[in-house]
Amino acid sequence: MDLKELYQEIVLDHGKNPRNKQKCKDFNKEAEGHNPLCGDKVHIFLRLNKEKKVEDISFEGEGCAISIASASIMTEIIKGKDFNVAKKILEHFLNMLKEGSKLSINSLNEDQNTTMMSLSGVKKFPMRVKCATLAWHTFIHAAEGKKEKANTEKVD
Amino acid sequence: MDIKSIKSEFPIFKNKINGKSLVYLDNANSSQKPGKVIDRISKFYSKEFSNIGRSVHTLAVTATNRFEETRDLIKKYINAKTIEEIIFTKNATEGINLVASTYGEKFINKGDEILITELEHHANYVPWHFLRQRKGAVIKFAKCNDKGEVEIDEIKKLITNKTKIISITHLSNVTGAILPVKKIVDLAKTKNIPVLVDGCQGAPHLKLDVQELGCDFYVMSCHKMYGPTGVGILYAKKKWLDKLPPYQGGGGMIEEVKKDNITFPGSPTKYEAGTLQTAEVVGFSESIRFMQDVGIKNIMQHEKEIMEYGVQELKKNNSVKIVGDPKNRGSIISFTIKGIHPHDIATILDEDGVAIRAGHHCCQILHEKMGLTATARASLGVYNSKEDIDVLSNAIKKCNKMFDK
Repeated sequence: MDLKELYQEIVLDHGKNPRNKQKCKDFNKEAEGHNPLCGDKVHIFLRLNKEKKVEDISFEGEGCAISIASASIMTEIIKGKDFNVAKKILEHFLNMLKEGSKLSINSLNEDQNTTMMSLSGVKKFPMRVKCATLAWHTFIHAAEGKKEKANTEKVD
Repeated sequence: MDIKSIKSEFPIFKNKINGKSLVYLDNANSSQKPGKVIDRISKFYSKEFSNIGRSVHTLAVTATNRFEETRDLIKKYINAKTIEEIIFTKNATEGINLVASTYGEKFINKGDEILITELEHHANYVPWHFLRQRKGAVIKFAKCNDKGEVEIDEIKKLITNKTKIISITHLSNVTGAILPVKKIVDLAKTKNIPVLVDGCQGAPHLKLDVQELGCDFYVMSCHKMYGPTGVGILYAKKKWLDKLPPYQGGGGMIEEVKKDNITFPGSPTKYEAGTLQTAEVVGFSESIRFMQDVGIKNIMQHEKEIMEYGVQELKKNNSVKIVGDPKNRGSIISFTIKGIHPHDIATILDEDGVAIRAGHHCCQILHEKMGLTATARASLGVYNSKEDIDVLSNAIKKCNKMFDK
Protein backbone atom coordinates (compact mmCIF):
# COMPACT_ATOMS: atom_id res chain seq x y z
CA MET A 1 0.00 0.00 0.00
CA ASP A 2 1.17 3.44 -0.75
CA LEU A 3 -0.74 6.40 0.53
CA LYS A 4 1.06 8.70 -1.86
CA GLU A 5 -0.40 6.75 -4.76
CA LEU A 6 -3.88 7.19 -3.34
CA TYR A 7 -3.59 10.79 -2.29
CA GLN A 8 -1.75 12.17 -5.31
CA GLU A 9 -1.29 15.92 -5.58
CA ILE A 10 -4.02 16.23 -8.20
CA VAL A 11 -6.47 14.28 -6.04
CA LEU A 12 -5.72 16.33 -2.94
CA ASP A 13 -6.07 19.52 -4.95
CA HIS A 14 -9.47 18.53 -6.38
CA GLY A 15 -10.54 17.28 -2.95
CA LYS A 16 -9.71 20.59 -1.30
CA ASN A 17 -10.70 22.91 -4.14
CA PRO A 18 -13.39 21.07 -6.06
CA ARG A 19 -14.31 22.45 -9.46
CA ASN A 20 -17.93 22.95 -10.54
CA LYS A 21 -19.26 22.42 -7.03
CA GLN A 22 -22.57 24.28 -7.34
CA LYS A 23 -25.82 24.01 -9.24
CA CYS A 24 -25.02 24.74 -12.89
CA LYS A 25 -27.22 27.18 -14.79
CA ASP A 26 -30.32 25.86 -16.55
CA PHE A 27 -29.68 22.22 -15.73
CA ASN A 28 -32.32 19.91 -17.19
CA LYS A 29 -31.24 16.63 -15.57
CA GLU A 30 -30.24 15.78 -12.04
CA ALA A 31 -29.76 12.77 -9.83
CA GLU A 32 -28.71 12.00 -6.31
CA GLY A 33 -26.24 9.32 -5.35
CA HIS A 34 -25.65 7.73 -2.00
CA ASN A 35 -23.19 5.36 -0.43
CA PRO A 36 -25.24 3.93 2.44
CA LEU A 37 -22.23 2.25 4.03
CA CYS A 38 -20.37 5.47 4.71
CA GLY A 39 -22.99 8.16 4.24
CA ASP A 40 -21.33 9.88 1.27
CA LYS A 41 -23.81 11.83 -0.82
CA VAL A 42 -23.56 13.46 -4.20
CA HIS A 43 -26.04 15.42 -6.30
CA ILE A 44 -25.28 15.79 -10.00
CA PHE A 45 -26.72 18.61 -12.14
CA LEU A 46 -26.58 18.29 -15.87
CA ARG A 47 -27.53 20.25 -18.97
CA LEU A 48 -27.93 17.78 -21.79
CA ASN A 49 -28.91 19.16 -25.21
CA LYS A 50 -31.05 17.47 -27.84
CA GLU A 51 -28.02 15.83 -29.45
CA LYS A 52 -27.19 14.35 -26.04
CA LYS A 53 -24.16 16.48 -25.56
CA VAL A 54 -23.22 17.46 -21.99
CA GLU A 55 -23.30 21.24 -22.25
CA ASP A 56 -22.72 21.73 -18.55
CA ILE A 57 -22.29 19.54 -15.48
CA SER A 58 -21.79 20.26 -11.80
CA PHE A 59 -22.24 18.66 -8.43
CA GLU A 60 -22.96 19.22 -4.78
CA GLY A 61 -22.30 16.81 -1.99
CA GLU A 62 -20.34 15.65 0.97
CA GLY A 63 -17.77 12.97 1.20
CA CYS A 64 -14.16 12.00 1.54
CA ALA A 65 -11.30 13.50 -0.46
CA ILE A 66 -11.50 10.65 -2.98
CA SER A 67 -15.22 11.02 -3.68
CA ILE A 68 -15.10 14.81 -3.91
CA ALA A 69 -11.99 14.74 -6.10
CA SER A 70 -13.54 12.12 -8.36
CA ALA A 71 -16.74 14.17 -8.76
CA SER A 72 -14.73 17.30 -9.44
CA ILE A 73 -12.47 15.59 -11.99
CA MET A 74 -15.47 14.01 -13.66
CA THR A 75 -17.22 17.35 -14.20
CA GLU A 76 -14.07 18.76 -15.80
CA ILE A 77 -13.62 15.76 -18.07
CA ILE A 78 -17.24 15.24 -19.09
CA LYS A 79 -18.18 18.83 -19.82
CA GLY A 80 -18.65 19.32 -23.56
CA LYS A 81 -18.60 15.59 -24.36
CA ASP A 82 -21.33 13.59 -26.05
CA PHE A 83 -23.11 11.27 -23.63
CA ASN A 84 -21.95 8.20 -25.56
CA VAL A 85 -18.35 9.38 -25.35
CA ALA A 86 -18.82 10.07 -21.63
CA LYS A 87 -20.08 6.53 -21.15
CA LYS A 88 -16.97 5.17 -22.89
CA ILE A 89 -14.78 7.28 -20.62
CA LEU A 90 -16.59 5.85 -17.59
CA GLU A 91 -15.95 2.35 -18.91
CA HIS A 92 -12.21 3.07 -19.15
CA PHE A 93 -12.28 4.66 -15.71
CA LEU A 94 -13.95 1.63 -14.12
CA ASN A 95 -11.47 -0.68 -15.83
CA MET A 96 -8.63 1.39 -14.47
CA LEU A 97 -10.03 1.06 -10.92
CA LYS A 98 -10.75 -2.64 -11.25
CA GLU A 99 -8.01 -4.01 -13.46
CA GLY A 100 -5.40 -1.33 -13.01
CA SER A 101 -5.27 -0.82 -16.75
CA LYS A 102 -3.46 2.28 -17.91
CA LEU A 103 -5.65 5.03 -19.22
CA SER A 104 -5.22 6.29 -22.73
CA ILE A 105 -8.50 7.64 -23.94
CA ASN A 106 -8.44 9.10 -27.45
CA SER A 107 -11.17 11.61 -26.72
CA LEU A 108 -9.08 13.13 -23.92
CA ASN A 109 -5.93 15.21 -24.21
CA GLU A 110 -2.75 14.35 -22.35
CA ASP A 111 -3.55 16.56 -19.36
CA GLN A 112 -7.00 15.07 -19.03
CA ASN A 113 -5.62 11.54 -19.19
CA THR A 114 -3.11 12.43 -16.48
CA THR A 115 -5.86 13.92 -14.32
CA MET A 116 -7.95 10.78 -14.67
CA MET A 117 -4.90 8.62 -13.94
CA SER A 118 -4.42 10.43 -10.64
CA LEU A 119 -7.28 8.32 -9.28
CA SER A 120 -5.63 5.03 -10.27
CA GLY A 121 -4.16 4.59 -6.78
CA VAL A 122 -7.66 3.75 -5.54
CA LYS A 123 -7.27 0.31 -7.07
CA LYS A 124 -5.00 -0.75 -4.20
CA PHE A 125 -7.63 0.31 -1.67
CA PRO A 126 -10.66 -1.88 -2.53
CA MET A 127 -12.74 -0.37 0.26
CA ARG A 128 -12.39 3.03 -1.38
CA VAL A 129 -13.36 2.13 -4.95
CA LYS A 130 -16.98 3.03 -4.25
CA CYS A 131 -15.88 6.49 -3.13
CA ALA A 132 -14.35 7.03 -6.56
CA THR A 133 -17.25 5.67 -8.59
CA LEU A 134 -20.25 7.23 -6.80
CA ALA A 135 -20.32 10.48 -8.80
CA TRP A 136 -19.86 8.66 -12.11
CA HIS A 137 -22.74 6.27 -11.53
CA THR A 138 -24.87 9.19 -10.40
CA PHE A 139 -24.02 11.03 -13.61
CA ILE A 140 -25.32 8.08 -15.65
CA HIS A 141 -28.51 8.06 -13.57
CA ALA A 142 -28.98 11.76 -14.24
CA ALA A 143 -28.34 11.50 -17.98
CA GLU A 144 -30.58 8.49 -18.43
CA GLY A 145 -33.29 10.02 -16.28
CA LYS A 146 -33.45 7.09 -13.87
CA LYS A 147 -35.87 7.81 -11.08
CA GLU A 148 -34.24 6.02 -8.18
CA LYS A 149 -31.15 7.33 -6.41
CA ALA A 150 -27.80 5.94 -7.48
CA ASN A 151 -26.64 3.63 -4.74
CA THR A 152 -23.17 2.14 -4.44
CA GLU A 153 -24.69 -1.02 -2.98
CA LYS A 154 -26.84 -1.59 -6.05
CA VAL A 155 -24.33 -1.15 -8.88
CA ASP A 156 -21.40 -3.29 -10.00
CA MET B 1 -2.30 -5.06 35.63
CA ASP B 2 0.17 -6.56 33.20
CA ILE B 3 -1.23 -5.42 29.87
CA LYS B 4 1.69 -6.82 27.89
CA SER B 5 1.00 -10.26 29.23
CA ILE B 6 -2.75 -9.92 28.60
CA LYS B 7 -2.08 -8.71 25.08
CA SER B 8 0.19 -11.67 24.44
CA GLU B 9 -2.83 -13.94 24.88
CA PHE B 10 -4.25 -12.54 21.61
CA PRO B 11 -2.57 -14.19 18.59
CA ILE B 12 -3.66 -11.45 16.20
CA PHE B 13 -1.11 -9.07 17.70
CA LYS B 14 1.72 -11.30 16.48
CA ASN B 15 0.93 -10.21 12.92
CA LYS B 16 2.17 -7.08 11.27
CA ILE B 17 -0.35 -4.83 9.59
CA ASN B 18 1.19 -2.98 6.66
CA GLY B 19 4.53 -3.80 8.20
CA LYS B 20 3.59 -2.18 11.52
CA SER B 21 2.49 -3.49 14.90
CA LEU B 22 -1.28 -3.56 15.11
CA VAL B 23 -2.87 -0.80 17.16
CA TYR B 24 -6.41 -2.06 17.37
CA LEU B 25 -8.84 0.71 18.26
CA ASP B 26 -11.99 -0.70 16.69
CA ASN B 27 -13.26 -2.61 19.70
CA ALA B 28 -16.72 -1.06 19.72
CA ASN B 29 -17.11 -2.66 16.32
CA SER B 30 -15.71 -6.02 17.37
CA SER B 31 -12.97 -7.12 19.76
CA GLN B 32 -10.08 -9.46 19.07
CA LYS B 33 -10.09 -13.00 20.46
CA PRO B 34 -7.79 -14.60 23.03
CA GLY B 35 -6.01 -17.79 21.92
CA LYS B 36 -7.99 -19.75 24.50
CA VAL B 37 -11.25 -18.91 22.73
CA ILE B 38 -9.89 -19.89 19.33
CA ASP B 39 -8.40 -23.11 20.73
CA ARG B 40 -11.62 -23.99 22.53
CA ILE B 41 -13.59 -23.89 19.28
CA SER B 42 -10.97 -26.08 17.62
CA LYS B 43 -10.96 -28.53 20.53
CA PHE B 44 -14.75 -28.71 20.53
CA TYR B 45 -14.82 -29.61 16.84
CA SER B 46 -11.90 -32.03 17.19
CA LYS B 47 -13.05 -33.90 20.27
CA GLU B 48 -16.55 -33.09 21.45
CA PHE B 49 -18.71 -32.12 18.53
CA SER B 50 -22.19 -33.32 17.87
CA ASN B 51 -25.53 -31.59 17.55
CA ILE B 52 -26.99 -30.77 20.93
CA GLY B 53 -30.23 -31.52 22.74
CA ARG B 54 -31.37 -34.22 20.33
CA SER B 55 -29.44 -37.49 20.17
CA VAL B 56 -28.57 -39.74 23.10
CA HIS B 57 -25.08 -40.86 22.08
CA THR B 58 -21.99 -39.97 24.07
CA LEU B 59 -20.90 -37.05 21.89
CA ALA B 60 -24.39 -35.57 21.92
CA VAL B 61 -24.38 -35.65 25.68
CA THR B 62 -20.91 -34.13 25.91
CA ALA B 63 -21.70 -31.36 23.44
CA THR B 64 -25.00 -30.59 25.15
CA ASN B 65 -23.29 -30.38 28.50
CA ARG B 66 -20.60 -28.00 27.23
CA PHE B 67 -23.28 -25.83 25.64
CA GLU B 68 -25.45 -25.69 28.74
CA GLU B 69 -22.44 -25.12 30.99
CA THR B 70 -21.82 -21.95 29.00
CA ARG B 71 -25.38 -20.84 29.60
CA ASP B 72 -24.85 -21.39 33.29
CA LEU B 73 -21.56 -19.47 33.20
CA ILE B 74 -23.31 -16.51 31.55
CA LYS B 75 -26.16 -16.67 34.03
CA LYS B 76 -23.65 -16.33 36.84
CA TYR B 77 -21.58 -13.68 35.05
CA ILE B 78 -24.52 -11.32 34.65
CA ASN B 79 -26.26 -12.53 37.82
CA ALA B 80 -29.50 -13.63 36.22
CA LYS B 81 -31.95 -15.36 38.53
CA THR B 82 -32.52 -18.53 36.53
CA ILE B 83 -30.99 -20.34 33.61
CA GLU B 84 -34.24 -20.00 31.61
CA GLU B 85 -33.55 -16.27 31.41
CA ILE B 86 -30.51 -16.75 29.16
CA ILE B 87 -31.42 -17.13 25.49
CA PHE B 88 -28.83 -17.59 22.76
CA THR B 89 -29.32 -15.46 19.67
CA LYS B 90 -27.00 -14.79 16.77
CA ASN B 91 -26.22 -11.27 18.06
CA ALA B 92 -27.69 -8.36 20.00
CA THR B 93 -29.56 -7.30 16.88
CA GLU B 94 -31.46 -10.56 16.87
CA GLY B 95 -32.14 -10.15 20.59
CA ILE B 96 -33.83 -6.79 20.00
CA ASN B 97 -35.72 -8.15 16.99
CA LEU B 98 -36.92 -11.04 19.14
CA VAL B 99 -38.30 -8.71 21.79
CA ALA B 100 -39.74 -6.21 19.31
CA SER B 101 -41.43 -9.05 17.47
CA THR B 102 -42.80 -11.09 20.38
CA TYR B 103 -43.47 -8.37 22.94
CA GLY B 104 -44.69 -6.11 20.14
CA GLU B 105 -47.03 -8.78 18.83
CA LYS B 106 -48.63 -9.32 22.19
CA PHE B 107 -48.54 -5.98 23.95
CA ILE B 108 -48.16 -3.15 21.43
CA ASN B 109 -51.13 -1.85 19.50
CA LYS B 110 -52.08 1.12 17.36
CA GLY B 111 -51.12 4.39 18.96
CA ASP B 112 -48.97 2.76 21.66
CA GLU B 113 -45.60 4.37 22.24
CA ILE B 114 -42.10 2.98 22.12
CA LEU B 115 -39.53 5.19 23.81
CA ILE B 116 -35.96 5.13 22.52
CA THR B 117 -33.22 7.78 22.41
CA GLU B 118 -31.39 9.76 19.75
CA LEU B 119 -28.23 7.87 20.68
CA GLU B 120 -29.50 4.49 19.56
CA HIS B 121 -27.71 2.23 17.13
CA HIS B 122 -29.86 1.31 14.12
CA ALA B 123 -30.28 -2.12 15.74
CA ASN B 124 -32.30 -0.46 18.48
CA TYR B 125 -34.43 1.57 16.10
CA VAL B 126 -35.11 -0.41 12.92
CA PRO B 127 -36.81 -3.39 14.69
CA TRP B 128 -39.14 -0.89 16.41
CA HIS B 129 -39.71 0.82 13.09
CA PHE B 130 -40.97 -2.48 11.66
CA LEU B 131 -43.35 -2.68 14.58
CA ARG B 132 -44.42 0.91 13.97
CA GLN B 133 -45.28 -0.04 10.40
CA ARG B 134 -46.97 -3.29 11.35
CA LYS B 135 -49.00 -2.09 14.28
CA GLY B 136 -49.28 1.65 13.83
CA ALA B 137 -47.24 2.27 16.98
CA VAL B 138 -45.42 5.54 17.66
CA ILE B 139 -41.68 5.86 18.31
CA LYS B 140 -40.53 8.69 20.54
CA PHE B 141 -36.89 9.78 20.72
CA ALA B 142 -35.51 11.10 24.00
CA LYS B 143 -33.17 13.97 23.12
CA CYS B 144 -29.46 13.82 23.65
CA ASN B 145 -27.77 17.00 24.85
CA ASP B 146 -24.70 18.85 23.50
CA LYS B 147 -22.46 16.60 25.55
CA GLY B 148 -23.85 13.51 23.86
CA GLU B 149 -25.72 12.33 26.95
CA VAL B 150 -29.37 11.49 27.50
CA GLU B 151 -30.54 12.86 30.81
CA ILE B 152 -33.22 11.12 32.81
CA ASP B 153 -35.52 14.15 32.54
CA GLU B 154 -35.60 13.73 28.76
CA ILE B 155 -36.94 10.21 29.28
CA LYS B 156 -39.29 11.31 32.04
CA LYS B 157 -41.03 13.94 29.98
CA LEU B 158 -41.78 11.57 27.12
CA ILE B 159 -43.42 8.88 29.26
CA THR B 160 -47.19 8.78 28.88
CA ASN B 161 -49.82 6.22 29.76
CA LYS B 162 -49.35 4.88 26.23
CA THR B 163 -45.64 4.10 26.69
CA LYS B 164 -45.37 0.33 26.32
CA ILE B 165 -41.61 -0.14 26.37
CA ILE B 166 -38.44 1.87 26.89
CA SER B 167 -35.49 0.65 24.84
CA ILE B 168 -32.16 2.33 25.50
CA THR B 169 -28.46 1.86 25.05
CA HIS B 170 -26.27 1.21 28.08
CA LEU B 171 -23.31 3.03 26.55
CA SER B 172 -23.41 5.10 23.37
CA ASN B 173 -21.26 3.65 20.61
CA VAL B 174 -20.56 7.18 19.32
CA THR B 175 -20.32 9.65 22.19
CA GLY B 176 -19.26 7.04 24.75
CA ALA B 177 -21.88 8.31 27.22
CA ILE B 178 -22.91 5.82 29.87
CA LEU B 179 -26.64 6.26 30.39
CA PRO B 180 -28.23 6.37 33.86
CA VAL B 181 -29.82 3.01 33.14
CA LYS B 182 -30.54 2.09 36.75
CA LYS B 183 -32.38 5.37 37.31
CA ILE B 184 -34.32 4.93 34.07
CA VAL B 185 -35.34 1.41 35.11
CA ASP B 186 -36.41 2.65 38.55
CA LEU B 187 -38.48 5.38 36.94
CA ALA B 188 -40.04 2.95 34.47
CA LYS B 189 -40.93 0.55 37.28
CA THR B 190 -43.08 3.18 38.94
CA LYS B 191 -45.11 3.26 35.72
CA ASN B 192 -44.98 -0.48 35.04
CA ILE B 193 -43.10 -0.01 31.77
CA PRO B 194 -40.59 -2.69 30.81
CA VAL B 195 -37.08 -1.60 29.85
CA LEU B 196 -34.81 -3.17 27.26
CA VAL B 197 -31.13 -2.30 27.53
CA ASP B 198 -28.92 -2.56 24.47
CA GLY B 199 -25.78 -3.77 26.19
CA CYS B 200 -23.55 -4.10 23.12
CA GLN B 201 -21.09 -1.55 24.45
CA GLY B 202 -22.03 -1.98 28.10
CA ALA B 203 -21.46 -5.70 28.57
CA PRO B 204 -17.80 -5.78 27.41
CA HIS B 205 -16.76 -2.79 29.50
CA LEU B 206 -18.99 -2.42 32.57
CA LYS B 207 -19.82 -4.51 35.59
CA LEU B 208 -23.06 -6.24 34.91
CA ASP B 209 -25.66 -7.38 37.42
CA VAL B 210 -29.05 -7.64 35.75
CA GLN B 211 -30.90 -8.18 39.02
CA GLU B 212 -29.40 -5.07 40.52
CA LEU B 213 -30.05 -3.14 37.30
CA GLY B 214 -33.61 -4.44 37.33
CA CYS B 215 -34.12 -4.22 33.57
CA ASP B 216 -36.58 -6.54 31.84
CA PHE B 217 -34.41 -7.30 28.83
CA TYR B 218 -30.66 -6.97 28.24
CA VAL B 219 -29.01 -7.83 24.91
CA MET B 220 -25.34 -8.51 24.15
CA SER B 221 -23.15 -9.38 21.19
CA CYS B 222 -20.49 -11.85 22.27
CA HIS B 223 -18.07 -10.89 19.49
CA LYS B 224 -17.57 -7.55 21.22
CA MET B 225 -16.77 -9.42 24.45
CA TYR B 226 -13.63 -11.20 23.22
CA GLY B 227 -15.91 -13.94 21.95
CA PRO B 228 -16.73 -15.56 18.61
CA THR B 229 -19.01 -13.99 16.00
CA GLY B 230 -22.49 -15.38 15.55
CA VAL B 231 -23.39 -15.50 19.24
CA GLY B 232 -25.58 -13.08 21.10
CA ILE B 233 -27.37 -13.26 24.40
CA LEU B 234 -30.80 -12.09 25.30
CA TYR B 235 -31.41 -11.86 29.01
CA ALA B 236 -35.11 -11.59 29.74
CA LYS B 237 -36.95 -11.71 33.05
CA LYS B 238 -38.72 -15.01 33.38
CA LYS B 239 -42.12 -13.38 33.80
CA TRP B 240 -41.88 -12.09 30.21
CA LEU B 241 -40.63 -15.34 28.78
CA ASP B 242 -43.66 -17.12 30.19
CA LYS B 243 -46.00 -14.58 28.62
CA LEU B 244 -44.42 -14.00 25.23
CA PRO B 245 -45.04 -16.14 22.15
CA PRO B 246 -42.19 -18.02 20.40
CA TYR B 247 -40.08 -16.07 17.91
CA GLN B 248 -38.94 -18.31 15.06
CA GLY B 249 -40.47 -21.69 14.40
CA GLY B 250 -38.55 -24.86 13.64
CA GLY B 251 -36.88 -27.89 15.11
CA GLY B 252 -35.87 -27.99 18.74
CA MET B 253 -38.40 -25.40 19.92
CA ILE B 254 -41.51 -27.59 19.99
CA GLU B 255 -43.19 -29.73 22.62
CA GLU B 256 -45.70 -31.68 20.56
CA VAL B 257 -46.54 -31.36 16.89
CA LYS B 258 -49.90 -32.53 15.55
CA LYS B 259 -51.58 -31.86 12.23
CA ASP B 260 -54.02 -29.50 13.85
CA ASN B 261 -52.01 -28.12 16.76
CA ILE B 262 -48.49 -27.47 18.04
CA THR B 263 -47.46 -26.88 21.62
CA PHE B 264 -44.25 -25.30 22.84
CA PRO B 265 -41.92 -25.86 25.75
CA GLY B 266 -40.76 -23.16 28.14
CA SER B 267 -37.79 -20.84 27.82
CA PRO B 268 -35.07 -20.94 26.64
CA THR B 269 -36.00 -23.85 24.32
CA LYS B 270 -39.05 -22.02 22.99
CA TYR B 271 -36.83 -19.24 21.64
CA GLU B 272 -33.99 -21.32 20.22
CA ALA B 273 -35.24 -22.76 16.93
CA GLY B 274 -32.98 -24.89 14.76
CA THR B 275 -29.36 -25.90 15.29
CA LEU B 276 -27.56 -23.13 17.07
CA GLN B 277 -23.98 -21.87 16.73
CA THR B 278 -22.85 -24.58 19.11
CA ALA B 279 -19.07 -24.34 18.80
CA GLU B 280 -19.14 -20.58 19.08
CA VAL B 281 -21.24 -20.71 22.23
CA VAL B 282 -18.81 -23.20 23.78
CA GLY B 283 -15.91 -20.98 22.66
CA PHE B 284 -17.57 -18.04 24.37
CA SER B 285 -17.23 -19.80 27.72
CA GLU B 286 -13.51 -19.07 27.44
CA SER B 287 -14.21 -15.38 26.77
CA ILE B 288 -16.20 -15.19 29.99
CA ARG B 289 -13.37 -16.94 31.83
CA PHE B 290 -10.89 -14.52 30.29
CA MET B 291 -12.92 -11.54 31.49
CA GLN B 292 -13.31 -13.13 34.91
CA ASP B 293 -9.59 -13.85 35.17
CA VAL B 294 -8.66 -10.26 34.33
CA GLY B 295 -11.58 -9.00 36.40
CA ILE B 296 -14.19 -6.58 35.09
CA LYS B 297 -13.21 -3.98 37.70
CA ASN B 298 -9.62 -4.10 36.46
CA ILE B 299 -10.82 -3.87 32.86
CA MET B 300 -12.94 -0.84 33.71
CA GLN B 301 -10.17 0.89 35.60
CA HIS B 302 -7.57 0.22 32.91
CA GLU B 303 -9.79 1.32 30.03
CA LYS B 304 -10.79 4.48 31.89
CA GLU B 305 -7.14 5.39 32.35
CA ILE B 306 -6.37 4.87 28.66
CA MET B 307 -9.56 6.66 27.58
CA GLU B 308 -8.71 9.69 29.71
CA TYR B 309 -5.17 9.72 28.35
CA GLY B 310 -6.61 9.48 24.84
CA VAL B 311 -8.96 12.42 25.36
CA GLN B 312 -6.10 14.44 26.85
CA GLU B 313 -3.71 13.66 23.99
CA LEU B 314 -6.24 14.26 21.21
CA LYS B 315 -7.20 17.59 22.75
CA LYS B 316 -3.57 18.73 22.35
CA ASN B 317 -4.09 18.70 18.58
CA ASN B 318 -6.03 21.85 17.67
CA SER B 319 -7.41 20.38 14.47
CA VAL B 320 -9.11 17.54 16.36
CA LYS B 321 -12.61 17.93 17.72
CA ILE B 322 -13.87 15.24 20.07
CA VAL B 323 -17.54 14.43 19.59
CA GLY B 324 -19.48 14.78 22.83
CA ASP B 325 -18.22 15.44 26.30
CA PRO B 326 -20.16 13.13 28.60
CA LYS B 327 -19.48 13.29 32.32
CA ASN B 328 -19.57 9.53 32.48
CA ARG B 329 -17.65 8.28 29.43
CA GLY B 330 -16.95 4.70 28.51
CA SER B 331 -13.97 3.65 26.43
CA ILE B 332 -15.08 5.33 23.21
CA ILE B 333 -13.66 8.50 21.64
CA SER B 334 -15.24 9.73 18.42
CA PHE B 335 -13.64 12.68 16.70
CA THR B 336 -13.33 14.76 13.58
CA ILE B 337 -10.29 16.49 12.10
CA LYS B 338 -10.74 19.87 10.47
CA GLY B 339 -10.61 19.59 6.71
CA ILE B 340 -10.16 15.82 6.58
CA HIS B 341 -13.01 13.40 6.03
CA PRO B 342 -13.14 10.48 8.50
CA HIS B 343 -12.68 7.93 5.69
CA ASP B 344 -9.47 9.58 4.66
CA ILE B 345 -8.37 9.60 8.31
CA ALA B 346 -9.08 5.88 8.62
CA THR B 347 -7.14 5.05 5.45
CA ILE B 348 -4.13 7.13 6.47
CA LEU B 349 -4.11 5.73 10.01
CA ASP B 350 -4.32 2.21 8.62
CA GLU B 351 -0.95 2.64 6.98
CA ASP B 352 0.52 2.98 10.46
CA GLY B 353 -1.26 -0.18 11.60
CA VAL B 354 -3.90 1.85 13.47
CA ALA B 355 -7.37 0.34 13.05
CA ILE B 356 -10.22 2.74 13.76
CA ARG B 357 -13.74 3.00 12.38
CA ALA B 358 -14.98 5.83 10.21
CA GLY B 359 -18.57 6.49 9.23
CA HIS B 360 -21.87 6.99 10.96
CA HIS B 361 -21.39 3.88 13.14
CA CYS B 362 -25.00 2.85 12.43
CA CYS B 363 -26.21 6.01 14.16
CA GLN B 364 -27.52 8.25 11.40
CA ILE B 365 -30.11 9.94 13.65
CA LEU B 366 -27.37 11.08 16.01
CA HIS B 367 -25.00 12.16 13.26
CA GLU B 368 -27.72 14.19 11.56
CA LYS B 369 -28.49 15.86 14.86
CA MET B 370 -24.83 16.75 15.31
CA GLY B 371 -24.69 18.07 11.75
CA LEU B 372 -22.12 15.48 10.72
CA THR B 373 -22.23 12.82 8.04
CA ALA B 374 -19.41 10.81 9.55
CA THR B 375 -16.97 10.67 12.43
CA ALA B 376 -13.77 8.77 13.18
CA ARG B 377 -13.92 6.56 16.23
CA ALA B 378 -11.24 5.09 18.45
CA SER B 379 -12.66 2.50 20.84
CA LEU B 380 -10.65 0.63 23.43
CA GLY B 381 -10.26 -2.90 24.64
CA VAL B 382 -8.39 -4.40 27.56
CA TYR B 383 -5.19 -4.83 25.49
CA ASN B 384 -4.81 -1.16 24.59
CA SER B 385 -2.10 0.92 26.22
CA LYS B 386 -0.92 4.51 26.38
CA GLU B 387 1.60 3.62 23.69
CA ASP B 388 -1.33 2.84 21.38
CA ILE B 389 -2.69 6.33 22.01
CA ASP B 390 0.73 7.80 21.21
CA VAL B 391 0.80 5.93 17.89
CA LEU B 392 -2.72 7.22 17.18
CA SER B 393 -1.75 10.83 18.00
CA ASN B 394 1.30 10.65 15.75
CA ALA B 395 -0.69 9.07 12.93
CA ILE B 396 -3.21 11.90 13.21
CA LYS B 397 -0.34 14.37 12.82
CA LYS B 398 0.51 12.54 9.62
CA CYS B 399 -3.03 13.15 8.37
CA ASN B 400 -2.61 16.85 9.17
CA LYS B 401 0.65 16.96 7.28
CA MET B 402 -0.74 15.24 4.22
CA PHE B 403 -3.79 17.47 3.95
CA ASP B 404 -2.23 20.76 5.05
CA LYS B 405 0.04 20.97 2.06
